[in-house]
Amino acid sequence: MALPKYTETRYRIWHYFYIAICTFVFIFLIAPLFVIFPLSFNAEEFLVFSEGMKNLDPDAFSLRWYKDMVYGTKNPWGLAAKNSFIIAIFATLGSVILGTVAALGLSSRHMPFKGIIMATLISPMIVPLIISGVAIFFFMAKAGLAATHTGIVLAHIILGTPFVVITVTATLSGFDHSVTRAAASLGSNPVNTFMKVTLPLILPGVISGGLFAFVTSFDEVVVVLFLAGLENTTIPIQMWTGLREQLSPTILAVATCLIVLSTLILISAELLRRRSERLRGINR
Amino acid sequence: MSSETKQILTTDGIPLEISLKKAERKNKIKAFLLVAPLLLFLIITYIFPIGEMFTRSIDDKMITNMLPKTFKSMETWDGKELPSEEVFASFLSDFKILVEKKEHGKLAQRLNKEKNGFNTITKKLFRQVKRNKIDETQSIKEQIMKVHKRWRNVEYWQAIKRTAPPYTSAKYLKAMDMYLNEDNKITQVSEDRRIHRILWLRTVEVAFFVTVFCFLMGYPIAHLLATLPMKYSNLLMICVLLPFWTSLLVRTASWMILLQQQGVVNDFFVMIGLVSDDNRPEMMYNKVGTYVAMTQILLPFMVLPLYSVMKTISPSLMRAGKSLGGTPFVAFWKVYFPLTIPGIGAGCLLVFILAIGYYITPALVGGASGTLISNQIAYHMKTTLDWSFASAMGLMLLGGVLVIYWLYNKLVGVDNIKLG
Repeated sequence: MALPKYTETRYRIWHYFYIAICTFVFIFLIAPLFVIFPLSFNAEEFLVFSEGMKNLDPDAFSLRWYKDMVYGTKNPWGLAAKNSFIIAIFATLGSVILGTVAALGLSSRHMPFKGIIMATLISPMIVPLIISGVAIFFFMAKAGLAATHTGIVLAHIILGTPFVVITVTATLSGFDHSVTRAAASLGSNPVNTFMKVTLPLILPGVISGGLFAFVTSFDEVVVVLFLAGLENTTIPIQMWTGLREQLSPTILAVATCLIVLSTLILISAELLRRRSERLRGINR
Repeated sequence: MSSETKQILTTDGIPLEISLKKAERKNKIKAFLLVAPLLLFLIITYIFPIGEMFTRSIDDKMITNMLPKTFKSMETWDGKELPSEEVFASFLSDFKILVEKKEHGKLAQRLNKEKNGFNTITKKLFRQVKRNKIDETQSIKEQIMKVHKRWRNVEYWQAIKRTAPPYTSAKYLKAMDMYLNEDNKITQVSEDRRIHRILWLRTVEVAFFVTVFCFLMGYPIAHLLATLPMKYSNLLMICVLLPFWTSLLVRTASWMILLQQQGVVNDFFVMIGLVSDDNRPEMMYNKVGTYVAMTQILLPFMVLPLYSVMKTISPSLMRAGKSLGGTPFVAFWKVYFPLTIPGIGAGCLLVFILAIGYYITPALVGGASGTLISNQIAYHMKTTLDWSFASAMGLMLLGGVLVIYWLYNKLVGVDNIKLG
């Protein structure tokens, strides 16, 4: 962003001011995540940087809270992590299957009532979560699915499908339909065409939709708070309880693990996006 | 066209037009069948329950079903003076059935909500009925009126009559701090009890300012990301995407650490001499905490749509503006800014809608002055178990969101929402 030599002083000042603002905003966005790292290695119980930590004294750092997270007595995190992963995986599978199939129908130019159906399908994304939570709770209570894994998985499928529908329809909008016609003319049945031709081409969109659904489920706390019993506690619920009662360094250890996980998800999402762009570039 | 034009036939001998229509219909059904599973699933598990919230919020059948005879005989009562013997008699017979079913407590509770004082007099009547003190061969009206002086007060009978309709708007009025008084007029509750209106206003205020802050912070960095060369912007994009993919609770936790009195932000303020060490400001458990944390959490939702719009604006447009004699500011304001309006619309809509239904962050960092309407809904769902009231407030919130969405659709168009 070098300025040309002829720039007037006032624009020069404005430009540096603009850069300063941007720097501030980027720090504001990213810095909070980095506070958690060092504090999770704190040897003491307080959530402030001790004198020892400021002087980089090795004794001030320890893995104490990570040990507590894994081996701690009355430890809720093991069960919570297991539940979270099970629920998120099934919810992702459900959302991806339902969402992809629906997106295929939606992007067909023969689809009747496209507008209103699309609005219905993505409504769980627009309706505030608290309202979705109340409505889903009423349904699950009636169906006898409150406080069961099945109930939570179904709830997360509801919340996750809009992301899959949106990403897959977006991928399909750049999709060249002549390849499926070619497959059909070569004698392939529709299911085979989908598995062998369409799916490989739209796979990046499907997976990134799946990632959205996974994160939605893994991070979801509002609806689960209504639905979960003691048996189906998840990581977000444990964090919520922990943060409300007492902020302990163990939570920071868990948070650090979650940040590492989200970094991994970010990297895979980014790689997928690039791959998808490349694939679509070839198609054109 | 001559009349000799033959209809074009397909190889099967069916007219082409009919054959085409048939194929078209087949395709329509095929497309619909693909969407059907998800649509059906959502209608059953989601759309329908939202409808159920509505019936729940206006439902007031309980008393209607409890006192059927009373309401029947009350139909002819003008409601000005004490009702006739007939009304008293049917009330007693309804009440006896309730006593047998042990439901008189529920009746007392519900009537007490309508008018204070019903609890005591229903209990008294219950004792009389239980001991068979009421002689049905004599005037029931006289005997009930002797049970307690309030049974002689016409206002209590009017209160009973008001509970007759099977539907009520009371929950909605309550959410606006209003109620129906004795003359069926909408009245405001006394000033010190108007808690809900404060919450609605605060929710809108917080959502509005968070949107404004997100816009003010998001616009410059989206512009920077869109104009920088790829290799730098990709790196900076991580600063936006990493928080976006990180758990909401993790980010809230980090703000709780940063903003506490001995936290990093206060340390920094002390270090640069902004505040003295023994006078550290309280930044958490109030509105400041809510604003700061919510702005940071929702900022990616502003930056991403802005970025995707700005990316499509050719830099030559700004150059053209400048070459035609505009100063950089004029060129920006007249050329660049109008082109980014779809992005601004999408970003503001997303942030506002997410902020207005926010629950977790205000509950954790907001303290008492930071709670929003969602917290109130959750409170009634989980603690007071007044589900119909929670439903009513939820639907009012939903109504607000839909109005905003509709306005947005009119102004900008919904197709501009993009994810990452």
